[in-house]
Amino acid sequence: MTATALAPARPRLGALTAESTFIARSMRHSLRDVEALLMSVMLPVMLMLMFTWIFGNAIDPSGGYVDYVVPGIILLCAGFGASSTAVSVSRDMTTGIIDRFRTMPLRSGAVLTGHVVASLVRNLFATAVVIAVGLLVGFRPSAGPLEWLGAFGVVALYILAITYLFAAIGLAASTPEAAVGYGFILLFLPYVSSAFVPVETMPEWLQPIAEYQPITPVIEAIRALLMDQPVGDNVLWAVVWCVAIVAVSVVWGAWLFRRKAGRR
Amino acid sequence: MTLAIDARGLRKRFGRTEVLAGLDLAVPSGTVFALLGPNGAGKTTTINILTTLIRPDAGSARVAGYDVVEQGDDVKRRISLTGQAAAVDEVLTATENVVMMGRLSGLSRREAHSRAAALLERFELTDAAGRRVGTYSGGMRRRLDLALSLVVPVSVLFLDEPTTGLDTRSRKELWSVIRSLADDGTTVFLTTQYLEEADRLADRIAVLDRGRVAAEGTAGELKARIGGDVVELRDADGLLLVELPTDGTVHGLRAAIDELDRLPVASAPGGVVSIRRPSLDDVFLAITDRAAAPAPELIESK
Repeated sequence: MTATALAPARPRLGALTAESTFIARSMRHSLRDVEALLMSVMLPVMLMLMFTWIFGNAIDPSGGYVDYVVPGIILLCAGFGASSTAVSVSRDMTTGIIDRFRTMPLRSGAVLTGHVVASLVRNLFATAVVIAVGLLVGFRPSAGPLEWLGAFGVVALYILAITYLFAAIGLAASTPEAAVGYGFILLFLPYVSSAFVPVETMPEWLQPIAEYQPITPVIEAIRALLMDQPVGDNVLWAVVWCVAIVAVSVVWGAWLFRRKAGRR
Repeated sequence: MTLAIDARGLRKRFGRTEVLAGLDLAVPSGTVFALLGPNGAGKTTTINILTTLIRPDAGSARVAGYDVVEQGDDVKRRISLTGQAAAVDEVLTATENVVMMGRLSGLSRREAHSRAAALLERFELTDAAGRRVGTYSGGMRRRLDLALSLVVPVSVLFLDEPTTGLDTRSRKELWSVIRSLADDGTTVFLTTQYLEEADRLADRIAVLDRGRVAAEGTAGELKARIGGDVVELRDADGLLLVELPTDGTVHGLRAAIDELDRLPVASAPGGVVSIRRPSLDDVFLAITDRAAAPAPELIESK
């Protein structure tokens, strides 16, 4: 006995049809969740003002702290934005919609790509606002156009890396609430780096951790580029770290997607 | 006869619980097949295996002619699933939901939009097409959910408890939609806890009990398995006192009434005797026959 299909099979999709469809979906999600969108911009701006106006004078009475801290705020902002990706992904997993996608002939990463790209766009927008506010409160970068471009590239790559990592965390977390929890742990990383204070001022045992964690070279690269200081090997390490994080997250995410989707 | 679904010896274990214990299914193309069973009988697990969502521990299954494990993508190109949880995007509007599914199913933007308009019309959602699905009632969500499964024609449509949680009116509406799909030649595989649903919709019914098919056949065949008519005696308040199965012959009926006479309850004042055809409930209880089996009515009302 052989079985035959009555209806024609679904055609194979064009190269990036699924990805662009999911990106459009996630962009709509971002734009319609006005509160989250507002928070993703407001929070970093408030942090920025807090660090420059409240902590700034205590840390550096000469008033130059704003130049030091803006790159750190940019990364913190990226982290906040990215952590919301974990929640969106996790929410997808706990509603039935992921099962519908999984019973369609789609590449397993396509849904994640949608979330990640939307988050990237959202984050770059928030970053632009943060930089604008920074300029208003006295941030005076001395970078030329090429350095700006380089800094922008490093920021975008970092956002991509941390967003993809959070997307995978969203898959791994059992509920959207748990995803928020995991996100919080990662959001502490910038504090244990050279984002807000130089590593040399930390306790000795903490210095190696702060020195060799991925966020420090990213921060130093952005800071050096924006403030027109010697870049050293920071850009190289920043790129290496980010690419490594993306690679691990993509593989982990694809594996989780196949394994864990459909739990309810 | 070609088979839309051909499953043999499916086994699946979650931890220490054996959910499927050697399940066999043969569903001819173009028919409506109901998998009937109480909660925890393994209905959803069966659907998940047949729709490639999970792998069986043992056994094999072919859907639309392709192996669900080895040729998952070929299976996926020919099926759609409406699961238990409404698989709709609540942030998007109904139109956006259908268009998204259309695009993901290979329709052009223009085709997807015209398909969305047609489908929403068919499911009486046109008036709410531009509203976010988050504001929809349960029945509307269910209808949209089914519409999303029909964006492109498929060979096999899987429906996991399609009417659970719906009011009677929405349920009847959904039934007529499912029936009309079957009339168009789509194979429909549905799971249900509602005996009436299986009776109304399905060409063939399999009763699932403890991970195995306990009985299979048309509703008529299943009813015939427990013999002919049932003679019942109710008291003045309509409370069932006695049920006696008979073989449907005059002789059998007389024997049943003689037996009633010998029972002390038969002399209760105002007692009423009637004859009825066995219901699927009778079949269900007879087949699954468990000491602690919950009554089907209780299952239904859950």
